[in-house]
Amino acid sequence: MIEVEQLTKRYAGLTAVKEISFHVGKGEVVGFLGPNGAGKSTTMRMLTGYLPPTSGSAKVAGFDIVTESLQVRERIGYMPENVPLYPEMRVSEYLRYRAALKGVKGRKIRDRMTDVIDLCNLGDVFYKLIGNLSKGYRQRVGLADAMIHEPELLILDEPTIGLDPNQIRQVRELILNLARHHTILLSTHILPEVEMTCGRVLILNRGKIAAVDTPQNLRKKLHQSGTVVLEAKTESLREAEKFFGRCEGVSGVIAEDVGEGWGKFEISVDEGFEGDMRQQVSALCTERGWAMRELTRRSVSLEDIFTQITRSEEALHV
Amino acid sequence: MSKLLIQFRRELAAYFRSPLAYVVLFCYLLLTGFNFHFGVSALNMTVSRVTVVEAFFNTTLFWFPFVLVFPLITMRLFSEEYKMGTMETLMTAPVRDGQVVLAKYGAALFFYIVLWCPSLLYFVVFQWQTQIGAAGAFGAYFGAYSLLLLMGMFYLSVGCLASAASRNQIVAAMLSFAAISLMFFLSIATFLLPSVGPEMREVVRYFSAIDHMREFSRGIFDSRAIVWYLSMTGFVLYLTLQVFQSRKWRGA
Repeated sequence: MIEVEQLTKRYAGLTAVKEISFHVGKGEVVGFLGPNGAGKSTTMRMLTGYLPPTSGSAKVAGFDIVTESLQVRERIGYMPENVPLYPEMRVSEYLRYRAALKGVKGRKIRDRMTDVIDLCNLGDVFYKLIGNLSKGYRQRVGLADAMIHEPELLILDEPTIGLDPNQIRQVRELILNLARHHTILLSTHILPEVEMTCGRVLILNRGKIAAVDTPQNLRKKLHQSGTVVLEAKTESLREAEKFFGRCEGVSGVIAEDVGEGWGKFEISVDEGFEGDMRQQVSALCTERGWAMRELTRRSVSLEDIFTQITRSEEALHV
Repeated sequence: MSKLLIQFRRELAAYFRSPLAYVVLFCYLLLTGFNFHFGVSALNMTVSRVTVVEAFFNTTLFWFPFVLVFPLITMRLFSEEYKMGTMETLMTAPVRDGQVVLAKYGAALFFYIVLWCPSLLYFVVFQWQTQIGAAGAFGAYFGAYSLLLLMGMFYLSVGCLASAASRNQIVAAMLSFAAISLMFFLSIATFLLPSVGPEMREVVRYFSAIDHMREFSRGIFDSRAIVWYLSMTGFVLYLTLQVFQSRKWRGA
């Protein structure tokens, strides 16, 4: 659906996107992840034909984004960041106008409008002025607009930014629903969103792709087993800390006194360690006769991976 | 329905939904009404061979709001969309740049025509009340209103160009006002500046709006003026398209 080769965008004095290449297959949901200014929006704007690339090429549904821009735009539903809309129009008028502009034929317009109004839950505000809508509704109008012409590909720039938690959940559900029939490329800097909605993640940092994988694989790759947290009653905190530190597969221990003889240990596990660290720790505690009241594995969130990737990238740049 | 027509309808709706449009329409009607009144009163005082149509279109009170109205009509066309970001939604829809420019220009021209329609009533009322013809012949109306349309086409295209060049409506308005009034008052300036010779004055006469109006409102059709306005409109609209497309390589 999307084939990007060596795509570069240079502004005066700033390279926003540096020779990125990636492919998105039909039916995939791919998330663009990255800090602000990483080049997410710029890449999306290039794919939608709003900005021409400085160099490199990209194809959407087999059409070149520069030379066959109109064909590309017919096949894309794009929701820009912050969802710009005409405040003086009513929701009904706006959607009808957008449908016509995107080439939906006369009789089909009404069907399509009923469909998107249903999907995006816009029935209540159908005749309202867009200027009077809340942020959540505006976002949904933007989404409805993006899919009114049944595009093959949806490009959504920060679809949940500025929404309250309830609305975020609704928009995510909507995206998951859409994923059944559409290819979706969305950008975000909120990590759980990607974990929930995307089958694949592209991490962008400083205009380059820092990593590409499924959210699960990324997590696996970067930290095999993460950290094990133990709360146990030991004779001596320091001694126990040293004891755990000497165990196989442990790369570090942080001990903390939590009162009444209980200690909290954060045991970092070596990447190469195979097996379950919890089992080993529990066995050791029983052997020593230490009472336990908590033993959990703290899995690495995408957040940690993200910080790690972007930090190491930064280290390279310094 | 073609994309051009769809976009034209949206631009037109945008005009008639903004309060500014009605303020402009109202004020313009008021000022031209005054102007008509002054024209007729002036004719009442003296014996003159000037017709009412000529008097109406050649007073200072006619020219002053006339020059002012173009920036007001055109300033928001592109600037507002740049500023609100709606240019991004618009230009990522399958619509050509040329279609957008023409639709916006067409809507501005339509609004301009609406602006002038009520003034025809003045002459109807005048003839009905006084039983005197407002013009020597029908050609005077036709001439004056054709020239209004021609000048409108040109100055609106200048306004479009200014709006396409700026994200700020006020800047766009000032740019187009400066450009239009400069062209407009050039012919007056040649009389004010003693150093300008008669040859120069003759050249300026070719594109002096005031001179054109003096002739057209007598029913004299000067093809040089028609060619001048039409070709300049085409040229400035072409420039507008270029400026509009420059957003791509400027990386706005």
